[in-house]
Amino acid sequence: MTEKSGADILVEALCDLGVEVVFGYPGGAVLPIYDAMFRSKRIKHVLVRHEQAATHAAEGYARATGKPGVVLVTSGPGATNAVTGITDALMDSIPMVVITGQVPTTLIGSDAFQEADTVGITRHCTKHNYLVKDPARLGAVIHEAFHIATSGRPGPVVVDIPKDVQVASARYAKPGPIQHKTYRPALKADRAAIEQVVDLLAAAERPVLYTGGGIINAGPGASQLLRELVRLTGAPVTSTLMGLGAFPASAPQWLGMLGMHGTYEANLAMNEADLIVNIGARFDDRVTGRLDAFAPNSRKVHIDIDRSSINKTVRIDHAVVADAGHALEDMVRLWKARQHPKPDLDAWWRRIEGWRARQCLSFPEDAASDVIMPQRAIRALHEATKARQPIITTEVGQHQMWAAQHFGFELPNKWLTSGGLGTMGYGLPAAIGAQLGNPNALVIDIAGEASIQMNIQELATATQYRLPVKIFILNNEYMGMVRQWQELTYESRYAESYSDSLPDFVKLAEAYDWKGIRIDTREQLDGGIADMLAHDGPVMVDCRVAKLANCFPMIPSGAAHTDMILQANEVSGTMDDEAKALV
Amino acid sequence: MHIREETAERHTLAVIVDNEPGILARIAGLFTARGYNIESLTVSEITADKAVSRITIVTSAGPATLEQIVAQLDRLVPVHRVHDLTAEGDHVERELAMVKVRGTGDHRIEALRLADVYRARVVDATTSSFVFEVTGGRAKIDKFVELMAEVGLIEVARTGIVAIARGSEAA
Repeated sequence: MTEKSGADILVEALCDLGVEVVFGYPGGAVLPIYDAMFRSKRIKHVLVRHEQAATHAAEGYARATGKPGVVLVTSGPGATNAVTGITDALMDSIPMVVITGQVPTTLIGSDAFQEADTVGITRHCTKHNYLVKDPARLGAVIHEAFHIATSGRPGPVVVDIPKDVQVASARYAKPGPIQHKTYRPALKADRAAIEQVVDLLAAAERPVLYTGGGIINAGPGASQLLRELVRLTGAPVTSTLMGLGAFPASAPQWLGMLGMHGTYEANLAMNEADLIVNIGARFDDRVTGRLDAFAPNSRKVHIDIDRSSINKTVRIDHAVVADAGHALEDMVRLWKARQHPKPDLDAWWRRIEGWRARQCLSFPEDAASDVIMPQRAIRALHEATKARQPIITTEVGQHQMWAAQHFGFELPNKWLTSGGLGTMGYGLPAAIGAQLGNPNALVIDIAGEASIQMNIQELATATQYRLPVKIFILNNEYMGMVRQWQELTYESRYAESYSDSLPDFVKLAEAYDWKGIRIDTREQLDGGIADMLAHDGPVMVDCRVAKLANCFPMIPSGAAHTDMILQANEVSGTMDDEAKALV
Repeated sequence: MHIREETAERHTLAVIVDNEPGILARIAGLFTARGYNIESLTVSEITADKAVSRITIVTSAGPATLEQIVAQLDRLVPVHRVHDLTAEGDHVERELAMVKVRGTGDHRIEALRLADVYRARVVDATTSSFVFEVTGGRAKIDKFVELMAEVGLIEVARTGIVAIARGSEAA
C-alpha cells in the first residue's frame, strides 16, 4: 500500500464515509486539504461567507437529510467563528463533523499566526474532539469522529488537524465497523422496562405523550411508529419545539406545542395528566416552567438515549435508556402482542376539548385595518405552501414562536430551528444547507428583521450555488421578543430593542441578485406570497407586520403551566426579583 | 433575592478512563462547566500498557446533583466506567502526606514522638528539620498536620484521596 498525504487521506476517508457536501471557508492552515479536494473532485464544497454560517448550513443539511453535516474551516478565527454553530449543534443534538486546520505541531503553543487552542476551546461544546498529531492515525480518527457524531445522542465532533500532519504521508485503509473501546451507546431498552411503559399506558386515564427532537433524530421510521402508537392508544400528543413534525399537526390527537409559548390545551393536559410519557425530549426549562408545579399529579416516564438527561431537572418514576425509534417499535409490538384494547379516554378528551375551546392561538385582528398581523402572515404562508410540504427554517425570536404555533407541520425533517442555544442568524444558512440536501424542495427561512442581519452575508452563497431559497421576513422593526420581555418585566422601557437604520431589504436582495418583494398591507399578503413562490430563484420578502404584536400564549419565566398569559391585556408590566433572574 | 444552595454530602468517585490527551481537562472542565465541586482529584495510570487511568474524585453535592455528576462523567467518550464508591458500599480511602517540620531542641523530640504515635515515617532529616511521610484517612492526616503546626510546621504536600471498594470484586 502506498503512502499518501494527510490531506489526501482525509479526502479519501470522507469519500469512504459517503460525504457529498462540505461547507467551508479556506485559509492558511487548511490549504493542503483544499488542494486535495480540488484534485479529487469527488466532494462538493460550498463556500460560505462566514464560518458560523458553515456550521449552521451543515446543521440545516443534517436536520433535513438525516445525514451528518460536514464543515471545513481554517485555524484560529476560522475555528473560533465556528464555535457558535458547534454549540448550537450540541444543544440540539445535530450530527456534525467539523474539520479545523491547525498550525503545524512544531508551532503549537507558540502563539503562532492564526493559532487558537481549538481542542481546548471546543472541549465543552462538542460531543468529543481530537487533535491529530500523526497522519497514520488520521483515517481512523475521521471514521471514529463520524461514528461518534452520528450514533447514540448525535452531536458535533471537532477534528483539529495541524498543517504538517496534512502534508506528511502515511498509509490509509478503510476501517471496518467501529467497535469503540469505551463509547457504546445502548440503543434498545430491556424488555421489562418496555413492558412497564406499556402497562402504564394501558392503565392510564389521563395520558399525554410528550415528544421531542429525539424522535426526529431516530429517523422517519420513528415518526411513523409514533403515529402507530397513537392510533393504538388514542393518547394525546404534544411536542417540544425540536420535535415538531414527528406527529402531524392536522391529526385530532395533536395538542400543539407545549411550554412557554405552547398551547393552552397542551400545557393544561400536562398539568392534569396522570401519566406523562416523554419520548426523546429533555424537560427543558422552556417546557417545564416552574419545576415544583410541573405536572404535579402524574407518573413520569422518560425514554431517552442519553442517561444524563434522565432526572436532570425533573424526577422520573420510570426511566428507559434507549433510542426513541427502538423504544417506540418495542412498545407498539408489545401493545399489539398483548392485544390491549384501545383505552377509554373519552372523559379525558372531553376535558381537553374544553381547553381547546379557549382557542388560545386566536389573535386580535382589526377587520377594517390594513395592518398585517404576524400570525396572519404565517397562516397565509402555510396555506399557500402546504401542498408542497416545504422545509421551514427560522431565526430566533417572536417570528420563530409564531411559526411554531401557526405553521402546521405534518412530516419530520421539515422544521429546522435553533432550539437549545437560540441562535439568531441560524435560519438563512440552515436553509442553504437544507436546500443543498433537497434540491427540489421548497425551503423557506421565516425570519425577523433583526435576526436575518446576523448572517445576511449568506445571500451571496445562495446566489453562487443557484439555490432558490426563500426568506420571509416578519418585519416589525423591533427585536420583538426582547421588546415583549421588556413589556412584561420592565414596564415597557425599550432598552436597545428598536431595529434602527434598517436596510431596504428589497434593494439589498437585488444587490445580491435575489428577487426582492415588499408586502405592506393585508391586501398584498397572498399576492406577495404567490409572487415569491412563482419565482424559481432566491427571493427575500420584506413583510411589514404589526409593530407591537406579542406572542401569546405565554408562560412567564418561572411560572406554572396553570399561570398562562393568553392575551396582552393580562400583562402586568412588572415581575419580582425571582422571576427577573430567570431566563 | 438570595441565591439558594443545595445541601451537600461528600462522595468519593472512581472514574476509569482511557488515557488519552486532554482527558483530565475534559473531566475537570466538566465539573467547572456544570458548577460541581471538586474537593480532591487524583489521577494515575493503572495498567501495565499505560492505556488506562483511574481518577479518584472527592466531591460534595446533593443526591440529585450526584446522580447527574455520575451520568455526565459516564457519557464522556473516553470514560470506561464511573463508580460512586460512597454510594456503592464499603470502601477504604487513603491519602499520603509529606510534612516538613522545623525541629530543634525539645520540639525535635516532641515531633518524633508524635510521628511515632501517628505511624509517620521520617523520609528526610537534617539537624534542624524532618520530612515525615504519613498515610491514612483524611481526618488522621488533618490531625497530624494540626499537631505539627504546634511544633514547627514548615510545609505540607498531600496527594489527595485514593479509594477502593472493600471485598474481592473490582469496582
